[in-house]
Amino acid sequence: MNARGLLTLLVLGGLLWMSVAYLEFDTDGLFTLATLASFGRYVAQFFPPDTSGPFLIKLWSGTLETLAISALATLLAAIAGLLIAVPAAGRFGLAPRLAARFVLNALRSVPELVFAALMVIAAGLGPFPGTLALALHTTGVLGRLFAEALENTPREPAEALLHAGSPRIAAFCYGTLPNVLPQCVAYALYRWEINIRMAAVLGFVGAGGLGQMLHVSLSLFQQQQACAVILAMLAIVMLVDEASALLRRRLA
Amino acid sequence: MQLSAAAPLPARRDPAALPRLALTLLALAALWPALRITEFNPAVLFEPGNADTMARFLRQFVPPATAPDFLRLVGRSTLETLAIANVGIALAFLIAFPLSLLTSNALSKSAIGPARDWRARRALRYPGRALLIFLRGIPELVWALLFVRAVGLGPTAGVLALAITYGGMLGKVYAEIYESSATQPARALMQAGAGRLQAFFYGVLPVALPEMVSYTVYRWECAVRASVIMGFVGAGGLGQQLELSMRMLNGAEACTILLTFLLLVLLADAVSALFRRWLA
Repeated sequence: MNARGLLTLLVLGGLLWMSVAYLEFDTDGLFTLATLASFGRYVAQFFPPDTSGPFLIKLWSGTLETLAISALATLLAAIAGLLIAVPAAGRFGLAPRLAARFVLNALRSVPELVFAALMVIAAGLGPFPGTLALALHTTGVLGRLFAEALENTPREPAEALLHAGSPRIAAFCYGTLPNVLPQCVAYALYRWEINIRMAAVLGFVGAGGLGQMLHVSLSLFQQQQACAVILAMLAIVMLVDEASALLRRRLA
Repeated sequence: MQLSAAAPLPARRDPAALPRLALTLLALAALWPALRITEFNPAVLFEPGNADTMARFLRQFVPPATAPDFLRLVGRSTLETLAIANVGIALAFLIAFPLSLLTSNALSKSAIGPARDWRARRALRYPGRALLIFLRGIPELVWALLFVRAVGLGPTAGVLALAITYGGMLGKVYAEIYESSATQPARALMQAGAGRLQAFFYGVLPVALPEMVSYTVYRWECAVRASVIMGFVGAGGLGQQLELSMRMLNGAEACTILLTFLLLVLLADAVSALFRRWLA
């Protein structure tokens, strides 16, 4: 090992030691037999998962709600993102471009969960604020990607239409949009995949879906119901993973 | 009018307009249940009660809170967030490294010839993979919520949640890195009679290390962001303060914490970029 590697390890070790010291772990309390036993009892309360009929129906509607939140939010974000991406790609000059970029960056850098907490204040509990929160953050992400796609697409088709006397909007719709649309759809689908996972947990702050069910059942000490919700989340995540891997392999 | 009658212009209507319109209407019809399920109703936002609360909350954002006591609290929470990310990643590495050795195909002896214990090794590999999937398949926020119930509010829950989820992610990616890097050195060593661990440390690790380090640093960056977010369910750090301020509808404090969060993310970005360049 060279000197640089050794120095890196020493610095990282020092930082880690400082972090552990800063957190003031109760290491004695964490690893005694008594804590482990109580931890085991806590885990045991989660089994077997609740599979009674009425609860499964609720679970199914929670799953549907999660899927609906993610799909609608992604669609709204794709529309809003495209609208903001046009000025952000510099189609209306420098000032609108900078303003649109600022809006997109601001939307992108606030996490979904913070938006969700805000929207719960603005619209009360339920799936609607979750949809809005997810849509706001995703607008920032998709808008930026769309703007880049617009900037990189060839300008000639739209210019040819303009020279032939077509109105600007028609030139955009028939000269530019067909070139960028496939890429935009690909980006939107990719974000949908991420949003399904996010929609499952947004409910922790009261924004609907499986997350809200999990939060409620844990708060009511219904561990077996919580276990069923967690299994449903795991199933969704794995299904989405598999489906997208399969699609990618087919399309590649 | 007369001109067009004399020499008819080509049709200016888009020939594909009708199918497109039909497709759009069909998509909207498919969307209807989604609108119903999510109780989509923008009017709620403008109901007097909701709009007033929100407006009052947002108006407080300017100016951000700058009381010395509060800034000290924010500083402490920021350090706590960073510490959670550091310890979380370190523990994640401790989980991921052995599991990656266990589950990777790169150290398979039966791939290069007869191996006495291949049944046992395969019997270990699949549960290892299943464990990795389980660890990373449940979102870190869920782990955090569960650990908050088990070990109480505070950074310990965040550290454990990060360790588990990121352990699962790192383990999977490490195993893939071993498999995608050149396998000849390790195989040559094993054919010459070296054990799996020897083959790993002298045949695989030297090739795979740069990629492993770069992915781990990237995950540290994600961990900083995640540890802020996990604070929302009570797992300590900046997020927990933000949750408190938002619940008390204190816009000025929320604004300060949000700005701190943005700075922290930018800083983590810069640190990880610098670190990677320094190692390269």
